[in-house]
Amino acid sequence: MYRHINKLRAYNSALFPKKCEVLTTLTNSQTKYNIKDQVFDGRPLYLDAQATTPLDPRVLDAMLPYLTSFYGNPHSRTHAYGWESEEAVEKARAQVADIIGADPKEIIFTSGATESNNVSVKGVARFYGAKKKHVITTQTEHKCVLDSCRALEGEGFKVTYLPVAENGIISLEDLERTITPETSLVSIMAVNNEIGVKQPIAEIGRICKAKKVFFHTDAAQAVGKIPLDVNAMNIDLMSIIGALYVRRRPRVRLEALQSGGGQERGLRSGTVPTPLTVGMGTACEISMNEMEYDYKWIDKLSKRLMDQIFDKLPHIIRNGDPVQTYCGCINLSFAYVEGESLLMALKDVALSSGSACTSASLEPSYVLRAIGADEDLAHSSIRFGIGRFTTIEEVDYTAQKCIYHVTRLREMSPLWEMVQDGVDLKTIQWSQH
Amino acid sequence: MNTRLQIIALYKSLIRESKKFSSYNYRNYALRRIRDSFSENKYITDPTKINEQILGGQRNLEIIKRQVLVGNLYQTDKLVIEMKK
Repeated sequence: MYRHINKLRAYNSALFPKKCEVLTTLTNSQTKYNIKDQVFDGRPLYLDAQATTPLDPRVLDAMLPYLTSFYGNPHSRTHAYGWESEEAVEKARAQVADIIGADPKEIIFTSGATESNNVSVKGVARFYGAKKKHVITTQTEHKCVLDSCRALEGEGFKVTYLPVAENGIISLEDLERTITPETSLVSIMAVNNEIGVKQPIAEIGRICKAKKVFFHTDAAQAVGKIPLDVNAMNIDLMSIIGALYVRRRPRVRLEALQSGGGQERGLRSGTVPTPLTVGMGTACEISMNEMEYDYKWIDKLSKRLMDQIFDKLPHIIRNGDPVQTYCGCINLSFAYVEGESLLMALKDVALSSGSACTSASLEPSYVLRAIGADEDLAHSSIRFGIGRFTTIEEVDYTAQKCIYHVTRLREMSPLWEMVQDGVDLKTIQWSQH
Repeated sequence: MNTRLQIIALYKSLIRESKKFSSYNYRNYALRRIRDSFSENKYITDPTKINEQILGGQRNLEIIKRQVLVGNLYQTDKLVIEMKK
């Protein structure tokens, strides 16, 4: 057997000689981009902080010991390896609880925000399903909430998808009117992942408490970025990336999705991954301490980016409310420019036209359609995501490139020419041949 | 006076080590954060608070040293804006 493996190794190294070389650079230096006489090399800048963010070195530093030396299963009760891992997990739980003003016992570790949202929406609805068969959500939620609701509809639940106004915010009167004695759950996200709009969470929490309905909020884009307090805001369930808050008093009961060893109070069976929870806990602690500092920096960069673009280019629309918003997420529509061609032209900046989950499709975003954006504007939108590690030079470079390419693409566009001639595009009767 | 010298030494080594980050973004963040922290805490007079900050700085210095090493193990190409300079 051993000889066999050795033979295989020799075969492999003959086939892939480079594989054994020292890993010094993870390189893509073969990539040279050539877009309209602009040749450049080097890695693109990262401005997609809503999709994911670079791992903070302080977080990695906290995780590394648990990826190397301390590998015990946190649920092993019989030896020191288990105890040290368990201690680390419990410390992380307290750190996560701290940032949202919760009790550590109310935090459940999950695999991600998608799982947290699935557990909350399906779990609550199913547990109370015998008596209450109505769930309320909004049209601009993340796909995982909307899809969970679709699944509930298949099981005979009634789901109300609240519309949003043009600024992306729901109407509280609408919400109040929609809640019936049949309603078990209201699920409304804190910060939208595509347009960055902040919903009035505290007000929604107050309404839900008064009407005795459970309130779940998807705070995947909000935790660590804006201050949140589950008690002050009357939140009963909150999805965090990799964690879920479930209120204990008054108790919110859920039906678990996963069967198994009954870890995490029986709500999420499966071994808790120690290194990931340690990273999550450290990230929460850092974000809590740095929230004000980071917010100031991101706000400054965000204003700088918008000032430059709005200054140089006409016909730009910012999607979503300009005030009730998280400044690190800027969604702009560049009229008369096709969003995908602009993204292609801006190859040296990592940007997205919306949610990473749907970026493979060319369909315009359902979030933009929900806020009433015209089809053509929805097609020409780009999301800029700014984070802790973004620099002023990166923002300036992005703005400058953006201005250059939008101007260039518009010059090629017959639509733009017509607009310059004073033709109102809406009045044109496009004939089909 | 002793503390003053200690703080200056800490500041200098934090800056020196942070400049070694191979990642453009980590390097610039570390330098910005260190400078801002020291100027934010310039007017602290309470000796216990000063001590607390010094200890925190020393912990961060250790982290930076380790993470510079880790970063060097997995270097990437330079960013577009670094190439232009």
